[in-house]
Amino acid sequence: MDFFRQVMVIAAKDLRAELRTKEAINGSLAFALVILLLFAFAFDPTGDTTREISGGLLWIVFAFAGTLILNRSFARELPNDCLDALIAAPISGAALFLGKAIANYCLLLAVELVSLPVFGIFYNVRWTQRFPELMLVLLLGTWALTVLGTMTSALTVNIRLREVMLPLLTYPILVPALMGAMRLTMELIAGTPINSENVMWLKMLIGFDVIYTAVSLVLVETILVG
Amino acid sequence: MNAVAVDGVWKFYGDYPALRDVKLEAAAGTCLALIGRNGAGKTTLLRILGGFSRPGRGSVRICGAAPRDTATRRRIGFIGHGISVYDELSAIENLTLFARLYGLREPRKAATEWLERTGLDRVAGGLVREFSRGMRQRLAVARAFLHDPSVLLLDEPFTALDDRAIAVLQRLLREGLAEGKTIVMSTHQLREALELATDVALLNRGKVAFSGPRTPEMVADPGFLYARYGEG
Repeated sequence: MDFFRQVMVIAAKDLRAELRTKEAINGSLAFALVILLLFAFAFDPTGDTTREISGGLLWIVFAFAGTLILNRSFARELPNDCLDALIAAPISGAALFLGKAIANYCLLLAVELVSLPVFGIFYNVRWTQRFPELMLVLLLGTWALTVLGTMTSALTVNIRLREVMLPLLTYPILVPALMGAMRLTMELIAGTPINSENVMWLKMLIGFDVIYTAVSLVLVETILVG
Repeated sequence: MNAVAVDGVWKFYGDYPALRDVKLEAAAGTCLALIGRNGAGKTTLLRILGGFSRPGRGSVRICGAAPRDTATRRRIGFIGHGISVYDELSAIENLTLFARLYGLREPRKAATEWLERTGLDRVAGGLVREFSRGMRQRLAVARAFLHDPSVLLLDEPFTALDDRAIAVLQRLLREGLAEGKTIVMSTHQLREALELATDVALLNRGKVAFSGPRTPEMVADPGFLYARYGEG
């Protein structure tokens, strides 16, 4: 019980601080919308092309826009040495990590939920045909990005080039999850339901989430304290 | 049982030994002043005591347990170089946050009480980023004392404090000592520290050059220890 209370205290603190400054979410949202707009003008895609590139385009936008949020996650603790106060507090590294991951998850989902309708308008796509399944993929794919990105944020917090290192470390490991999310998103936007042919991608996404969440929870204490 | 026990601690940064076979003890209710030149290893030692990093060799016990034990962390109050409070949150939000993290029963009440004790109650709802330097430092003091720690680890606590913050801190430290709290502080402000200290340890290039009770000569001449054991 204590663990979950600590997780929620950390998540609420991060969300409150972010909503006061809006430094990460504004940048991330603006970035996502600009990329969607630029692609729409650059390629003027037809209906078929849009359906083919939808998964890739959306998840590339989410992944790149997401790093702007994830980079701030632990870096937010550096001014005033706030990370020291959190490490000194009697909470487990896992609670600290999970609290931060939940806050990042909420912020990433907010950016994605604004980006999706914008994508629908710019690209003239009825993206709501398979809405519940698309939301499931969005939730699973975003958690994969969040858990890995939050972990990398902890890993790179004390290095000078963390803004560069976070995407360099995150994206290569994220490839399987991104592939699954892209493929499923493309099919769901095209109106294909989740079936026996594409369900393996869903299973892979779930597996990725479970494995990397468990690994992160086990390793975070060592990463933060050494 | 000593409140703080450091036994044969070494700490390496690469090949460089920042601490070399450090042995120190502090009994409950005492104040140990760690002094030494820049780079002597004071901050490194305090960070190991606080559980922020682990020693390369040797052991550290706080109230008989390892510094990273959850129960031990509840007993430690730490003031480092930074104030360790959030600029984007208000004073009361900051203290309530830490009161919750330390599992205090009435977080808001504890936060309000400490804002009063440090003279910040009138600006409780103000964002820390709008505070003056002295107010921020008093808030940092309140954060460190909030959970009633039995061991206080203070890294240069008087540096850059304004007069009011120094007075608040000295009063709280005296009260803490009277209540049986143990204080370990690193400092370059020898006069303020030696007035409060019961014991002194001089670190020189990562080694303990002197360790013992504070004597009247040290208070009369704060440079006494450096002159006698300083650069050895």
